[in-house]
Amino acid sequence: MEMPSPNPAILARKARLAERLLAVLPDDAVIQDEAETRAYECDALTAYRCPPLLAVLPRSTQEVSDILRICHEEGVPVVPRGAGTSLAGGALPTADCVILGVARMNGVLETDYGNRIIRVQTGRTNLSVSGAVEEADFFYAPDPSSQLACAIGGNIAMNSGGAHCLKYGVTTNNLLGVTLVMMDGTVVEIGGAHLDAGGLDLLGVICGSEGQLGVVTEATLRILRKPEGARPVLIGYDSNEVAGACVSDIIKAGVLPVAIEFMDRPCIEACEAFAKAGYPMCEALLIVEVEGSPEEIDHQLGLIIEIARSHNPVELREAGDAEEAGRIWLGRKSAFGAMGQINDYMCLDGTIPVSSLPYVLRRIGEMSQEFGLDVANVFHAGDGNMHPLILFDANKPGDLEICEAFGAEILKLCVEAGGCLTGEHGVGIEKRDLMLHQYSATDLEAQLKVKDVFDPRWLLNPAKVFPLAVTEGRRTAAMAAE
Amino acid sequence: MLTPQSEAELAEIIAGASGPLCIQGGGTRGLAIDGEGLSTRGLTGVELYEPGALTLVVRAGTPVAEVEALLAAENQRLAFEPMDHRGLLGTGGEPTIGGVIAAGVSGPRRIQAGSARDHLLGVRFADGAGQIVKNGGRVMKNVTGYDLVKLMCGAHGTLGVLSEVSLKVLPVAEASATVAIEGADLGAAVAAMSAALGSPYDVTGAAYDPEKQTAFIRVEGFADSAAYRCRRLVSELAGFGSPRIEDESAALWRGIRDAAAFQGRAGDIWRISVKPSDAVALAPRLQAEALQFDWGGGLIWALLPAGTDLRPRINVPGHAALVRAGAGTRARLGVFQPQPGPLAALSAGLRRQFDPKGILNPGLMG
Repeated sequence: MEMPSPNPAILARKARLAERLLAVLPDDAVIQDEAETRAYECDALTAYRCPPLLAVLPRSTQEVSDILRICHEEGVPVVPRGAGTSLAGGALPTADCVILGVARMNGVLETDYGNRIIRVQTGRTNLSVSGAVEEADFFYAPDPSSQLACAIGGNIAMNSGGAHCLKYGVTTNNLLGVTLVMMDGTVVEIGGAHLDAGGLDLLGVICGSEGQLGVVTEATLRILRKPEGARPVLIGYDSNEVAGACVSDIIKAGVLPVAIEFMDRPCIEACEAFAKAGYPMCEALLIVEVEGSPEEIDHQLGLIIEIARSHNPVELREAGDAEEAGRIWLGRKSAFGAMGQINDYMCLDGTIPVSSLPYVLRRIGEMSQEFGLDVANVFHAGDGNMHPLILFDANKPGDLEICEAFGAEILKLCVEAGGCLTGEHGVGIEKRDLMLHQYSATDLEAQLKVKDVFDPRWLLNPAKVFPLAVTEGRRTAAMAAE
Repeated sequence: MLTPQSEAELAEIIAGASGPLCIQGGGTRGLAIDGEGLSTRGLTGVELYEPGALTLVVRAGTPVAEVEALLAAENQRLAFEPMDHRGLLGTGGEPTIGGVIAAGVSGPRRIQAGSARDHLLGVRFADGAGQIVKNGGRVMKNVTGYDLVKLMCGAHGTLGVLSEVSLKVLPVAEASATVAIEGADLGAAVAAMSAALGSPYDVTGAAYDPEKQTAFIRVEGFADSAAYRCRRLVSELAGFGSPRIEDESAALWRGIRDAAAFQGRAGDIWRISVKPSDAVALAPRLQAEALQFDWGGGLIWALLPAGTDLRPRINVPGHAALVRAGAGTRARLGVFQPQPGPLAALSAGLRRQFDPKGILNPGLMG
């Protein structure tokens, strides 16, 4: 993965920069020792690494503002970092950047059940937001699989989603306000606990901007009361087409499950070997979960089972109690671990219209033959977000490159089928060079214009999201101006 | 009135324009700008509708009524329940889907289902230089690049003129039922609505009519479940007034959606968004002739004598817009509340980028 070469003038200013930062931060907030900065050399996309010039770990919005103001004055790029769980390289440093980690900013600032909001610092982990309101039976809805570790700041940067998004939406649908620090250190409040903020929807464009428009230090989030209950059903089919048709029929029937998960045969086999959840061996497995009162769950599952039966399933298993429900989810929840047991794998994140599901799975199967690498598929089928896992051997020379080429072809296939390059992981550096497959140069130019307004010197999270060739002119101009 | 019949023609008109353009869909929202009229009402038709994927792609000038009829045939709907402004503003014309999105119009169900922008998956628009831009797509999860989709929703055409929108639609609920809590003052009503919205009964509407001293709580879903949840709400909300199950639901909520209580009454109409709990102390400060509350108390409709500037009376975080007033008042007070300096600077910067000639609804939105 090509990254811009570091600016030697910035590298030469390291000592002065550290000194200026230490003048406004406590000693333990500035990390300059090379061995220690190595902890920040990559995020969860570990194939690419580069230690930053410095890492800073502020504890407050004021400290973030001071850091950014100084970096702005010094012309130093800043890469914001939540918990470092990005799978797309969204927090990959450059050698001439300061990594700004918000992990120490993890407090709950306000909990307001009457207005159904919580205000947190953005280093707080996703799951611990729900944890903070659990005693009142509330929860924070977006549930990325990394929710135990990932930070709200990173969720906002990537507009993260999860298995339950069909019903509850993704981060942007649950974010009401932010405190944003601009690259020049200016602190702005956008949105708040009230629903209509007026003016342009700046909150909407900040969410999902991958840390390129500003650093979000505080967030007001919508919290929801937990439903009375939830229960899954497991449905097996001998063809992907039929399983796809079943998903579509369930949605058309007016049932809105909270999750519809889809696993193909390679995925079922791997999960079963690993977790021994008692899954049937078939081509396609659906896990459909509904929520509500006991009566409502019975009613919805009744409809779903009727629809499922009309497509002749090879297996249909309704959870009778919590233990059975747990077993239905067990295999699915261990899918990524199971695949890791078999081999190294690359997890993709494309999205397709649900109607294209059979076609896309068939093509992936054919391409798997062409590239000589196995693929297992696990989907959030309700919203068309697929995660093909391409198996490869990291120790075999050339395998990673074949895997990357295959992955790119799958993502292009998603776009061709009417979908998009990334559903919930973000573009980062991973999918940067594929952007022109989904968007025209004019489409991308419109996005760059937003960056020009928020970060005119192009210092925030450089070299992510857009192909380097597309941003080259702006980056060169910015560097020349330094 | 310029009414391009295709996206290409729309782009051509904007590229060739040198003076201000007054962008509108059906012109039902009464936002007049000095400039040549440009309507999207010639850009009609459904590009794609997949009920099984809950997605609809439609050209911007398509009447909302047509969209709703098409969806209804598949037992689906626009879940954000867009308001129809005609009754309140006394305007004619036909609301278009592009107008709904450009104005970011949502109704009572917003508290549960989300607002217009939450259901907008993709856009195509012509920017102020006449370039066609697309953003987003037709799938529910999409984090490919910056989310200009949200930015375009509620921008009132100031960043570009929408030519096509892609929407998430949802199933129509089998049943809708309402609990009316009579004999509740505003404090009790907001507390009752807050309790209902914080319950597991999936409330999809919470409004209060101070003239009737009645709060309305709506639930939707399968018939048995809706009836069950209504019964639970009636018993759990007994401390806030006298709850009972209301018979007619659809007309009641249409009225709340369209602020029907103010239709035909003289005076200026303001729309204020605050935190629901702030509404209780704020309401008397507004010195309004009449008030209506939606969104659990977070949306306040206020009727005031013509020409009154309501905004200095608002002492809590929030936002106020002047929805109906004479041209003089609108010119003097502005329709939208001015933003704090740094936000105004960002918004102005975005407008300069997307509309370098300054011709798209100039003067609107600060």
